[in-house]
Order: sequence, then C-alpha cells, then structure tokens
Amino acid sequence: MELLDFARGPALQFAMAVFAAGAVWRLLGILLLPRTGDRSAARIGAPSRLVGALYVIVRRLWPRRPFLQVTLFATINSYVFHIGLAIVVFGLAPHVLFLRSLWGISWPALPSNVVYGVAILTLASLLAALARRVSHPVLRLLSGPGDYLSWLVTTLPVATGLMATSHLGARYETLLAIHVLSVCALLIWFPFGKLMHSFLFAFSRGAMGARFSHRGVSI
Amino acid sequence: MRGSGSSSSSSSTRSPPSAHPNPTGAVPISSLVGDKPLINISGCPPMPQAMAGTITHLLAFGRVPELDELRRPRAFFGETIHDRCYRRPYYERGMFAKSFDDEGARDGWCLYELGCKGPVTYNSCATLKWNGGVSFPIQSGHGCIGCSEPRFWDRGGLYRPLSAGTARVGTIVAGAAAVGALIGVGASLLSRKRQSTAAKPE
Repeated sequence: MELLDFARGPALQFAMAVFAAGAVWRLLGILLLPRTGDRSAARIGAPSRLVGALYVIVRRLWPRRPFLQVTLFATINSYVFHIGLAIVVFGLAPHVLFLRSLWGISWPALPSNVVYGVAILTLASLLAALARRVSHPVLRLLSGPGDYLSWLVTTLPVATGLMATSHLGARYETLLAIHVLSVCALLIWFPFGKLMHSFLFAFSRGAMGARFSHRGVSI
Repeated sequence: MRGSGSSSSSSSTRSPPSAHPNPTGAVPISSLVGDKPLINISGCPPMPQAMAGTITHLLAFGRVPELDELRRPRAFFGETIHDRCYRRPYYERGMFAKSFDDEGARDGWCLYELGCKGPVTYNSCATLKWNGGVSFPIQSGHGCIGCSEPRFWDRGGLYRPLSAGTARVGTIVAGAAAVGALIGVGASLLSRKRQSTAAKPE
C-alpha cells in the first residue's frame, strides 16, 4: 500500500474515529458533571442566567479596555490565525471536496491562489504565536508539552499543505500523503488537548457569565 | 522492457499490474525476472512515443535511460499530467467543472472535482498527446484515470476526487461517537456517585 493510500484510507478512518469518540467523551463528561446550584437570590437588576451567559460569550470576543494594550498583539494575532485557518479549511476547493465526501454538502470554493496567500499569512501568524509563547516569561512558565503539541499539530497541516501545493521538497503525492497524515495527527490530539476549546469555549464562558451575572458581577 | 496497465517497481508486492481481487494472480515482471535490467513503460496503453523514444535511446546510446523509482524513463514520466495540463490555470483559480457536460467542462475548467488523477499521475499525455498530437483524455473532457500509476484501479475510485478520503467513515465514526458517549456518561455518573458519597454525613 502506498503512503497516500494509507493516509486517505485507514489512517484517516482511525483518526476520525478517535476524534469522534474523544470529542463526545469529553463533551458529555464535562456537560453531565454534577453542578452545585447557586441558591442565593439574584442581585436586583441582574439579567437571567441565559442572558448573562450569552452576553459573556459575545463580550469575551474582545478584551476589556484595561487589558487592551497588554493583550493587543495576542488578540489580533489570534484573530489572524483563527480566521486564516477557517478560510483555508473551508475555502480551498480540495478541502471542500473532502468535507463534501464526509457531510454530503458543499459550497463554492475560493480561488486557490487567494487561499494560498491566506495560508502563508496564517503560518506566519502561528509562528508569531509560538515566538510569543517561548519569549514571554509568564506565558512560557504556563506552557506545558500539551500546549506545544497543540501548536505543532495545528501548524503542520498548514505547512505541509503549502508544501504540497507548491511541490516543495518531494513529489506531490508524498507531500499530499504527509499533509493528510498531519491532519490525522491533529484529529487524534484534538479532543485531548487545548484544541478542544473550539467546542468548550462557549460552555466555559457561558457558565462563568451565568454565575457572575447572577451575583451582579460586571464582566 | 514492458508496457502494462500499471507499472512495477523493484518491490514486486508494492505495485502488481492487477486489480482487486486479482483472480489470475498477476504479478509484475520484476518479480519473475530479477537479474535483468528492466524498464517500465506504463500506461493503458503506454504512449507510443515513450515506447519508441526509449528504444531509440537504447539503440543510440547503448544504455538504459534515466529512470524514476518505478523504473520508468524520466524523459516521459518525469512530470505529472497536472504539471502540464492546459486546464491547470482553472485549478489555480478554483474553477472546477461540476459534471462532464456542464458549461465549465466545455470551457476548459479543471476536472479535479470529477475525480481527475492528473496531480498524482506521471506521464506525458498532456505534452505529447495521443493520435499524432490530436488530443488527450483531459482535452476530450474526461479526467485522467491515472493509468500509468501502480494500482490505479484500486485507489479509491476513478471518479472520486483526490482529496476525498477513500475509506467509508460514517459507520465507524458513529460507532466511535457512541463509545465516546458511553464513556462520557459513565464518567459523569461516577463523578455524581463520588459527590453524593462525599456529601453523606459520617
């Protein structure tokens, strides 16, 4: 079996199974945890828990003013690579075809050259994120192997995808196989590391918003 | 030297000239003749220019031409169909034919979505063309089926886009999600049990 056949077949199948099992396990494991109810009366004028939750989910999309200057780079850089990743994953025609083979739905693809440009910007942004992580004294202390692994499995598909499209370093089919295998690595690690924030960010923000708004805390 | 539907490499089991389930037990020549120089001119059929050009090279220079890892002459198998395809600019622009007879297909849009294997197929169809340079499959409106590559029949379907996975994942992913749900529910029940035990007075 050629490397590409292995990547497109058994490897992808295994990675998606791990991703599905892991993501559902972690989501249900967290969402079904017993909650300690807050029996205190709501502060006067406090919004309902739902409104408080939704408010914080949206409000935390940008930093509060006192933290704006300190977090400006991280905020902008994060937006750059998150939006960049979304454009690359959902905009490139071969990706649309891959997703169509999974979900049965498709949408118009973006011009390939536009996506390549976005991918280069995304890669630069991810490298900048790593540079900040290793150079910032506090962030470096807070970072563990899992954080670096999350960065690696996010960056590899972008880098290998660019290499494949530009035929850089090896034959196209080899690079394509490596690209698919890097996506497999991403899928396998996804549920067990901080990449799971893609699903959990709304729940964690919502829980905090519901609890704090009930107590009249402005966040 | 041989021409066949798919080429063989030095590893005879890696690229047999056969399709699943291979009822005749076909094997590549390399597994039968191990002590002779071997040149593969792959294709279904092989390009006559590649066959004639290789024989000419042998006669003119008295040695085997430069070969790739599948023992194919690099002069004819050095680049992919995609590299030299006249529809390539449409690939770069993200303009893809949706069916074999739509307007895009007729206007020369890329056939990638229709399963063209040009990006992973090494041959010179796009430059030398067939029938005295008249045309080649992609120019005639059909995607490349990758006939000069090993096991091309069994690599996920002739009309399946190259970027789509070849394995059926629906049932497996659903089963995996069910297993994940069981573990997740089990973990939360265990946690509840622990909490209620801890809350009980001594």
